[in-house]
Amino acid sequence: MKQQMPINIIGAGLAGLSAAKTCAEAGIRVRLISFQPSERAQSNLAEGGINAALNVMGEDDSTENHFRDTMKGGCDLADPNMVRNLTQDAPDIVMEMDRLGVPFHRENGHMVQRNFGGQKKKRTAYAKSSTGKVLTTALIDAVRKYEVQGLVERYPHHRFEKLILRNEAAAGVLVCDRYSGKETVMAGRVLMACGGMNGLFAGATTGTTANTGSAAGVLFEQGVEFANLEFLQYHPTTVSITGKRLLVSEAARGEGGRLFYYETDTPGHPEDTGVKRYFLEEKYGERGNLMPRDVISREMAMLGRQVYLDLTVLDEKTWKVKLSDLRDEIIHYLGIDPACEPVPVSPGIHYFMGGILVDEHHRTNISGLCAAGECACAYHGANRLGGNSLLGAIYGGRQAARTMIREIAEDMSAGAAYENTLCVDPESFQDGAADPADTASSFRTLTEEETLIQEKMSQILMEGMMPLRDGKLITHALTELEKLKARAGEHEKRTDEPGGFSDECRAKLLLAEATLRCALERRESRGAHTRLDFPQTDENMRKTTVVRYEKGEIRISFREISRL
Amino acid sequence: MKKILHILRRESAQARPYWEDFYFETQDAGATVATALSSLHAENRISPAQGSRFRPVIWEHSCLQKRCGACSMIIDGVPALACDTRLSQLKGDTVRLEPLRKFPVVADLLVDRSVMMENLKDLSVWLEAEAGAGSEDMAFEASRCLQCGLCLEICPNFAAGGSFSGMAAMAPLSRLIARLPEEQRKQTARNYKKGVYSGCGKSLACRDVCPAEIKIDELLVKSNAAAVWNRWNSIK
Ligand SMILES: Cc1cc2nc3c(=O)[nH]c(=O)nc-3n(C[C@H](O)[C@H](O)[C@H](O)COP(=O)(O)OP(=O)(O)OC[C@H]3O[C@@H](n4cnc5c(N)ncnc54)[C@H](O)[C@@H]3O)c2cc1C
Ligand code: SF4
Ligand code: FES
Repeated sequence: MKQQMPINIIGAGLAGLSAAKTCAEAGIRVRLISFQPSERAQSNLAEGGINAALNVMGEDDSTENHFRDTMKGGCDLADPNMVRNLTQDAPDIVMEMDRLGVPFHRENGHMVQRNFGGQKKKRTAYAKSSTGKVLTTALIDAVRKYEVQGLVERYPHHRFEKLILRNEAAAGVLVCDRYSGKETVMAGRVLMACGGMNGLFAGATTGTTANTGSAAGVLFEQGVEFANLEFLQYHPTTVSITGKRLLVSEAARGEGGRLFYYETDTPGHPEDTGVKRYFLEEKYGERGNLMPRDVISREMAMLGRQVYLDLTVLDEKTWKVKLSDLRDEIIHYLGIDPACEPVPVSPGIHYFMGGILVDEHHRTNISGLCAAGECACAYHGANRLGGNSLLGAIYGGRQAARTMIREIAEDMSAGAAYENTLCVDPESFQDGAADPADTASSFRTLTEEETLIQEKMSQILMEGMMPLRDGKLITHALTELEKLKARAGEHEKRTDEPGGFSDECRAKLLLAEATLRCALERRESRGAHTRLDFPQTDENMRKTTVVRYEKGEIRISFREISRL
Repeated sequence: MKKILHILRRESAQARPYWEDFYFETQDAGATVATALSSLHAENRISPAQGSRFRPVIWEHSCLQKRCGACSMIIDGVPALACDTRLSQLKGDTVRLEPLRKFPVVADLLVDRSVMMENLKDLSVWLEAEAGAGSEDMAFEASRCLQCGLCLEICPNFAAGGSFSGMAAMAPLSRLIARLPEEQRKQTARNYKKGVYSGCGKSLACRDVCPAEIKIDELLVKSNAAAVWNRWNSIK
């Protein structure tokens, strides 16, 4: 039997790491290709925790409860079969991470879980407010073993440029080494794990600047189907700091924090003398502060007032043992000690429920191409529950890898027809895409005009995709975007720098347009998508928004969600 | 607030280094070196040579909240994270920015820190079997290492390519030691001695520069006790 071509995994956050580990354990070779090393990935920023119905808190929890909370939190827009699998396997995922030495919080030797939004039971395993960091560290170590064995080959400063298609199937990727500017074709199946599309909203998300959204843009332009782009998660408790939004973890409310506003914050009144209105508790009762994120962000947007997060109620021990890092961070960046003073917060862009459309096995509409983690649309429906995305990334990476392993085995036993298409001379993959001479040895960055175009694009998107939107607002944004596209077109003609960046810029503009078009077409309010002109949820719209770029046109359709 | 950024630049590893000055003004009291670097456009250049083309400054960034270790550089002579250094805390009108010196420069302020990952491979930093019981606190503290390399930059004993891998290897090894399965003790102890213990001159300059404020001295004491003095039971 001939040797299998390595699978190209794009992205080395939790989803990519988990996929690499799964493949290597099965003896399947992979290339782990990422813009930056794993230590820099957004996964490291995750704070509050990871969900699994371990039932260790004496609350009679079950995977069935986890399933129901996740479906309900996502307003029934997720594929129930996928959510079923995810929640059933969640305890296994968390216990596996425990075996890798992740220091989950324990008391008297037993794992302890905390409350999180949208969940009726304490189901979130955590390590203070650094859960993502400790999980990623452990998976990096686990994968390192396979690097040394040669099963995982790292390309840690390499940018995905485009997918290489053969007979409409994924046959490889074109990758650029950021250090040398050199472009290389890497043949093999492709697993995308490139994270959320933060770069569409540059400077306005809680995430990393490295997830530029360009990989997603390019894939979209190449005909990969995307889904549910209108579902953008605004996290209720963020604060604007220099260059980004700082997240105040939901764990703060899980441990007892409360949101309020001052009754008399009208002009002329000193802000902090009014009566504190715990508006969520007033409306939703005792668990008001732990309503799902879409609900709280919507309430805050409707309220239109400065809201504060009151953490002064937490006791000294909770701060010390469970949230010391969060307290340090708030003091450092905001100059406020949350143990003594309420923190002014407002909703900020935090997570992309939408992304590359995948089926139950993480396959896309292109054969040989799978996707997992935040870049894929899976598990979270119209609103993601906190703690479910770390889970979704690790689990999704594993599932996607298993699918590819299975496909390789099937292909090999059937004469390796697919494998053979991958092994043709890499030169012939070029497709006229890249002339290495253009780019070699130059370290390319965005031109001034491209930077300005992208800044403007983010601004337009932000206005069209506000937490409360309506048709007029979105249409206006689309018109503005049209003008920007014209300007970009001019620039593309003029630019004297050949190669990827104009491509990247154009692809992102296309994805931006697709996002707005999805928001315009969904004429209802559901989860994170609130249309002031269509305030009701429409049962007929309980469908997946599928968006695709075909023959130079963005096409949107609505697809039935499979039943259990 | 007004600052002049005095930046040591280089188009590529092979190119000749040169200094370029940029003007930066902001109302944002919390603005950091990272804020300034993200906002430099052509018009920020101070007296550019006639007809010279603006080249955006290249530097590595990701989280902008000192959680990822990307933005290490030398700021006014001190190794630090750009996103952790407020402009207001820097004295004088001019801020001097240089790339780390212990790693090869790729371009401008971007350096290649792959040697750190190579060292961890050489020292077999992974668990061979299921993690044992041990110290969650120690594992947590050690897990927080950003692999930023600032400790290596300041360390009098670290040189890329040498056998001493510094605190950037001590922390990951300590994560293992915190919950090491018994059968792996010998191997990890050997690597710990080779990569950390035998080269460390205990200057502890690393402790003051570590942006994660990892309690390096405490971790060292614990890991030494276990891996060097064979007192594994001291880890609880
Ligand atoms: C502040 C914060 C707190 C959070 N807290 C929680 C929490 O408590 N619980 C929870 O469940 N979720 C949380 N999340 C969400 C969660 O962290 C992410 O959804 C999850 O980590 C995504 O993992 P990933 O592997 O899909 O992507 P990422 O970790 O973002 O990794 C993406 C990878 O792709 C690479 N990449 C990107 N573009 C390219 C390209 N063009 N070419 C090559 N490589 C590329 C990157 O370098 C990186 O390696 C939080 C998110 C943030 C921002
Ligand atoms: S020990 Fe501290 S200074 Fe050294 S690499 Fe880790 S985080 Fe950076
Ligand atoms: S950008 Fe992450 S530490 Fe500075």
